[in-house]
Amino acid sequence: MSDATAPAQVTPRANPIKTLFIRVGVLPFFLGIALVVFSFLSDKFLTGQNLVNVARQSVYLVLVSLGQMLVLVSGGFDLSVGTAIALTSVVSALSMTWAAGVFDSVFLIIAIGIAAGGIVALIVGLINGVGVAYFEVSPFIMTLGVSSVGAGLALFMTGGIPISGLPFAFGDTFGFGKWFGVPVPVFIALICIAVMWLVMARTPLGTRLYAVGGNIKAAHLSAIDTRKTLVLAYVICSLIAALAGVLLTARVESGEANLGGTMALESISACVIAGVSLRGGIGRVQNVVLGAFFIVMVQNGMNLAKISSYMQMVLLGGLLILAVIFDQMRYRMIMQGR
Amino acid sequence: MTLPLLTTHNLTKTYPGVRALDGVDFDLMAGEVHVLFGENGAGKSTLISMLAGANTPSEGKIYLENREVAFDSVARAKAHGVFTVFQEFSLIPTLTVAENMFLGQEPRTGLLIDHAEMRRRAQEIFDTLGFPISPTAQVSSLSRAQQQMLEISKAFHGEPKVLILDEPTASLTDREVDHLFHFIERQKAKGVGIIYISHRMQEFKRIADRITVLRDGAKIGTVEMAGTDEAALVEMMTGRAIAEIYPTIATEPGEVVLEVQNLATSGVAPSSLTLRRGEVLGVAGLVGCGKSRFFRAMMGLGPRRSGTVALKSQDITGRPTREIIRSGLYYLSPDRKHEGLDLAKTSDENLALNVVTSGAPVKRGWIDWRKVRDTVAGIATRVELPDAYRARRVSQLSGGNQQKVLFGKAFGQEADVYIFDEPTVGVDMGTRAALYLKIKALAEAGKAVVVISSDLPEAINLSHRILVFANGQVSAELPRAEASEDTVLKYFFTESEPVQ
Repeated sequence: MSDATAPAQVTPRANPIKTLFIRVGVLPFFLGIALVVFSFLSDKFLTGQNLVNVARQSVYLVLVSLGQMLVLVSGGFDLSVGTAIALTSVVSALSMTWAAGVFDSVFLIIAIGIAAGGIVALIVGLINGVGVAYFEVSPFIMTLGVSSVGAGLALFMTGGIPISGLPFAFGDTFGFGKWFGVPVPVFIALICIAVMWLVMARTPLGTRLYAVGGNIKAAHLSAIDTRKTLVLAYVICSLIAALAGVLLTARVESGEANLGGTMALESISACVIAGVSLRGGIGRVQNVVLGAFFIVMVQNGMNLAKISSYMQMVLLGGLLILAVIFDQMRYRMIMQGR
Repeated sequence: MTLPLLTTHNLTKTYPGVRALDGVDFDLMAGEVHVLFGENGAGKSTLISMLAGANTPSEGKIYLENREVAFDSVARAKAHGVFTVFQEFSLIPTLTVAENMFLGQEPRTGLLIDHAEMRRRAQEIFDTLGFPISPTAQVSSLSRAQQQMLEISKAFHGEPKVLILDEPTASLTDREVDHLFHFIERQKAKGVGIIYISHRMQEFKRIADRITVLRDGAKIGTVEMAGTDEAALVEMMTGRAIAEIYPTIATEPGEVVLEVQNLATSGVAPSSLTLRRGEVLGVAGLVGCGKSRFFRAMMGLGPRRSGTVALKSQDITGRPTREIIRSGLYYLSPDRKHEGLDLAKTSDENLALNVVTSGAPVKRGWIDWRKVRDTVAGIATRVELPDAYRARRVSQLSGGNQQKVLFGKAFGQEADVYIFDEPTVGVDMGTRAALYLKIKALAEAGKAVVVISSDLPEAINLSHRILVFANGQVSAELPRAEASEDTVLKYFFTESEPVQ
């Protein structure tokens, strides 16, 4: 019953911390705390060398988080990103070993491998998208089911054994190579960040995604093809995950069914910490990049502080829940304007 | 009847930045029906929420039988004999009628719920109230009217001293309203004081003793029903005369732009309609009569059982909603919260959506945001949305300003036919008058406009022609000259069975 219309009755000025929190979310606070804590725990943490290291390690999570953000913004989430990575890794590795027996050109062999991985990811994304958009399965069940199906297939195809014997050029280029003096994975990630930023900020697809996640019925009445938009979100998410999968495969120089196992949790954490709303409709590319960087930085800091990997799982899970609690608070503040 | 049953003194409720209720003195006698009258946002709901214990006052006092009381919960208010039937249903659809009635206070034998006893007592209450509901029915299977009756019945464990009814007839049919009124008469005779919220003057005329009018959170006055006419009440409510609200719209019907033939949907029998450019068609009828469903089916928002729709001589039957919108038929949803706006985004962002999806500012796949901003600024001016609200999130705006944004969305793209479904729901009178001028401007610019409204004066006073729906059928089509409120009301009710 607040039908007061006089501008004089506008909410009183909020304090700057609140304003920052509402605008960007919890990330700046988490980032600040993490920097202080870890530089106390380890001398090596705040060195240039280490931070460059973190940047390199974070490439894969940054990529997956970009895709995850699309799906979160559309109002869903994708638990199958890890599976998409594993499937891509296995299928591209299998294709490359097969192609190596047929063709001589290394370039062709690698291209076939990457294409095969991409096609598999495309299928995963399509299944997710069609299930969510056309059959109206909840994103949670849909992507959880698909992630089980995919993981099972990946293990079945490999028997649980890594596939080795990939062309050396593959690992040398995509795993350890440099273009223009920049490590290839970093280079590719930078391009993806730029493209994603342009898509979200400057193209109708970005606007449609924000609209569908914000209020799907209103989007429908704004002449938006909501189903197609949803399918696209899942497909792009899966394809970007596949890209991370190819880069990871190159890094480990083998096709492995257990790659990307923690990616779903980590990418969702990265997004939520970066202020992407779990309710959809809200999220920014540049923040998500920082969010993914933050997660990897925390892992790196914990490694330097010699925290066991089991305890790291505990802390990461807790961090996600904490971020969601702050997300709830933030959403309430946004809606009430306080 | 010398001492009032319930009195409030200087009752005030403030929210950050807003005075929702401003120093209201109100009194209720035993055995009286006291109507609270006012626009949405006038403070009626705030007032009763405090009497009901759902909300606590920021200032002021409440006296019940001359003793000061402080209700910190609905249960506490109930314990004092103040029973409230809220407008919003608080029923659980998957449980039975009896289970809903006794939720949280189930009769037990030992640790177990005594279902037989529960059903018996529910039946008893329905018998006294005269409501035809089965205690064993599942709530989801009840009609809206039956749910409303159940909601009323829920208030009836024990003996009320004060009974608060918030828009109790919103979804009732005439006969059901009669039932309710008999029931109110009986409570009145028993000395219960009744606070009745409604904006249907036609209706509460029959039962009201006194009327208190609220506007912008303040009490404008209390009058006796006897000797007060409608015009006076409307003037108290709005602060202006009726004639100032509805503009005169020039009639120059042009070529036929929309032609609907035998369109049927669930709950609506095959109906036809022709609409010309420059024409405003009013569509009236009770809630649930099918008036909205008919047009939603036209838009592809509901199932189409038969019939064709042609826009500008082009067959658009059965096309997806987005293509229908693209081809020039715009639909404004009555539900701005769920279907209209993205509440977490700003007014500008909401307005920008249709501008972007219309494709106008998109060049080679890229959005020209400067062009979008200019267009949005133009729209904001056009719907008279104050600049201060443009960068604010829609959830923080008043109903009236939210509706301006929703109207603005309609101007984000070109259309030939505008269907406004309940265009002024929850909107203050000032904003209403402004929105009516937008409708006038559209019609006079050669657009065809449909105004679907449950507010009869609105449906009549804006239009050149009135279409009345009853029980899922078109019961009348009247030119403006023949459409007085009484005539139109007659067509609201038919003897026919509702269309399935």
